Amino acid sequence: MSMSGPLIFERSVPGRRGYAVPPGDVPAVPPGDVLPEDHLRAAPPRLPEVAEFDAVRHYTRLSQANFSVDTHFYPLGSCTMKYNPKLNERIAALPGFAWLHPLQPAAQAQGILQLLYELEQLLCAITGMAAFTLQPAAGAQGELAGLKIIAAYHRRKRRARSTILIPDSAHGTNPASAALSGFTVIQLKSGPDGLIDLRELRRKLTKDVAALMLTNPNTLGLFEREIKTIAALLHEQGALVYMDGANMNALLGISRPGDMGVDLLQLNLHKTFSTPHGGGGPGAGPVGVAKALEDFLPVPRVRKVGTRFRWEARGRATVGRVHGFYGNVGVLVRAYAYIRTLGREGLARASRAAIINANYLKVRLQDTFPVPFDDHCLHEFVVTLKALRARGISAGDVAKRLLDYGCYAPTVYFPLIVEEALMIEPTETESKETLDEFAQALRAIAHEAQHNPELVRRAPQRMVVDRVDEVKAAREPNLRWVEPDPSVQAAGSKPHAAPPLGSG
Amino acid sequence: MDYAPNTDTQLEEMLRAIGMGSFEELISAVPAELHARELDVPAGLAEPQVIALGEELAGRNRALTEMVSFLGAGCYAHLIPTVVDALSARGEWLTPYTPYQAEASQGTLQAIYEFQTMVCELFQMDLANASLYDGASSVAEAALLALRATERSRILVSEAVHPHARETLATYLIGSPATLQEIPTVNGVTDLEALGKALRDDVACVILQQPNVFGCLEPMGQAGHLAHRIGGLFIASVYPISLGLLQPPGAYGSDIAVAEGRCLGSPMAYGGPGLGLFTTTAALLRKVPGRLAGCTVDQAGRRAFTLTLQTREQHIRRERATSNICTNEGWLALRATIFLSLLGPRGMQELARLNLEKAHYARERLREIPWIRSAFDQPVFNEFTLQFDAAHPVETVNRRLAAEGFVGGFPLAEWYPTMPQASLWCVTELIGKPSIDRLIDVLTRSG
Repeated sequence: MSMSGPLIFERSVPGRRGYAVPPGDVPAVPPGDVLPEDHLRAAPPRLPEVAEFDAVRHYTRLSQANFSVDTHFYPLGSCTMKYNPKLNERIAALPGFAWLHPLQPAAQAQGILQLLYELEQLLCAITGMAAFTLQPAAGAQGELAGLKIIAAYHRRKRRARSTILIPDSAHGTNPASAALSGFTVIQLKSGPDGLIDLRELRRKLTKDVAALMLTNPNTLGLFEREIKTIAALLHEQGALVYMDGANMNALLGISRPGDMGVDLLQLNLHKTFSTPHGGGGPGAGPVGVAKALEDFLPVPRVRKVGTRFRWEARGRATVGRVHGFYGNVGVLVRAYAYIRTLGREGLARASRAAIINANYLKVRLQDTFPVPFDDHCLHEFVVTLKALRARGISAGDVAKRLLDYGCYAPTVYFPLIVEEALMIEPTETESKETLDEFAQALRAIAHEAQHNPELVRRAPQRMVVDRVDEVKAAREPNLRWVEPDPSVQAAGSKPHAAPPLGSG
Repeated sequence: MDYAPNTDTQLEEMLRAIGMGSFEELISAVPAELHARELDVPAGLAEPQVIALGEELAGRNRALTEMVSFLGAGCYAHLIPTVVDALSARGEWLTPYTPYQAEASQGTLQAIYEFQTMVCELFQMDLANASLYDGASSVAEAALLALRATERSRILVSEAVHPHARETLATYLIGSPATLQEIPTVNGVTDLEALGKALRDDVACVILQQPNVFGCLEPMGQAGHLAHRIGGLFIASVYPISLGLLQPPGAYGSDIAVAEGRCLGSPMAYGGPGLGLFTTTAALLRKVPGRLAGCTVDQAGRRAFTLTLQTREQHIRRERATSNICTNEGWLALRATIFLSLLGPRGMQELARLNLEKAHYARERLREIPWIRSAFDQPVFNEFTLQFDAAHPVETVNRRLAAEGFVGGFPLAEWYPTMPQASLWCVTELIGKPSIDRLIDVLTRSG
């Protein structure tokens, strides 16, 4: 099947309409009568002019050029690409949620306020933290809010603390968030077992440390066994423990960060709690804190007074706000529906199945690709493809070849402490059969790497485009379409060759 | 219900394949003292129960399906074409991740490229990123970009910029040596004389909003000129629907222009998710925060799309990144793209005009009521500030209106304590003339 892939702008025909704006029912006012000339736009924006059906076909066809959780196995490590239940979409779309204005008086918004209040309580119960803010719009914004809280806490204690300790296996958002909050980042070298090295920690834990940011389980999928000792060391120095909760899918009903000595953490509801990733958001990154940090949480906060709910705009020591209103409420509604659907047993079973799936896949792959820090993992694991270097093949090549086998690629070249890394997170919602097929695909690619390396290096071949030239994209940035100059086209420039959009 | 397909028998089988006698053995890395007791979470529910629960909670909100609302104040109710919902609900749009593997994500990448182009056209700016979280954090990121680009330390922001944007900016600046100074207003718009006095060569940027938080149109060209005279950047926060009629930020010399873009095809959803639109001049390209999709070629020379200039970003640059943003608002950006392609140039023009006309009709009718006057004598788009006399407290009037099925204007005293009798009213295309006329009746009777 061949499908053409022009841009929506290239489908444009002057005068074509895609939507009928309703006619006016009040007296017409020429804009020039009520607005000074210099406020008026000189010419309408040059948007495409297409019919409704043009747009429907265009965006339907484009969608078919995507791999997605609904269509393909998507074992992207650290991203928890689990099934996104359709039910949650239905709940979020209820007009009582979707068509609610954030500034309506609390009396008109009791239902959503109750939902948000209960969601905070549920997240407290799941994590063992004392209080939550639902405001941050994504995990990285949760980290940012967390770091502002850390800064505010030390300032209140009149302690000058300017550094954050971060293991070398951490997500890139950790150091970026720390820097954005004015902290200096000090990297902790991981120990030989891939975990935090207590000797390294003791050496770098000075009176200048504001907090340790760790991920548990870490990005190798390994649980920090010494977490309580680590937390105690930090606390002895008056420093805090921040946990990046991106990997919380390993811990539901198994272990609670609040019991580990963690002072604050962010959750990624679009990972652990099944809200769809949307091709890059929206997410939600609620931040949970221990009792001593509650006063620093962003405002407003939802309060229950008797049986009624309301917003409280002021906070004694609050860091302020990080969002225009209350956060990504539409995402929060989906996560609430998910937690209520699974309930305590379902949540625990989800993490249990996620851990078994990951370990099963790891075992199925161990003869093909070595695991550098070989211990039982939790929800994800990392293999190294270092051995393929001799064949001139990189982890990126194998990732591209996996696409040809109908699997989205695992996270590549991460964590940075593993050479030629593939970080694999199958999640609990994939079946054993899918895991077996994936292991079979990786074994087949390992075989190709030995016998037909060119095939792997040139992959993918079955996508709508061949390997994309990223170097050219960065060297000659072309970030927006510009209408071609007709005189140039007449001079013989090559017209766009429509790529075939296969069925994936 | 847990959505995990493997049966207990399969899980046992898999445990054996791993070489484990039990699940507990498999998680022996978790010390026994840290094992969670049963979670204090209710038991799971079946689908009909979840639907009933959702409908019950949603039903306890008085949403705009049953109320006629004159609230705006940073969140605007606009029409959403059926096609936007239908297309964006496809799993191929809803369930992928950020398009790291370009070859298997050409749909998302081309859509972002189209989005970037449409936002550039609407704003008349050189480049747009793939989105930030919302309008408020976009203002904050714009100011941080200005600090980086100018290597200066002072930010001037008009007090007529939405207070939530100013508060978010203040939060983002915790731990930074930069300082924030607010510029007062006079007669509902930024006081250019005060702005002129505050401008010195340590000012990184000047931030104004158009229309501003009171609904008034600001002298953007003059403010931008003042900012440029001392070598600072000019940042405009705009309202995308207004750009069908109003001067785009590129036309009055904005270096950075941002917006809350939720109004382009996504529901209010109690204020979020939002859609941060972020645009700049070409000169700022290498310092822009967030994702960028670029057009390039594949090995066969065919047009292809990819995320690009990633060396600015956290996953490569870590603590030296231009921002920490990772997940953005991709799905809302897609909805905005579909919305803008359906509306087209004429649709956007007509939509803006409809807003202008309805708001002006409502304002005229409201001002006929003896105890109501305009707070400011300024041109407006679809939102305006009213001043009630002392005998008509805003809260009392709004309570009366709520009983009649109306959500009245936003009481500005909540944000501006010196304006106890002022409220902010917005009229979009969703409000019909009969509703406006009935509002006038109710208010007239309240006299």
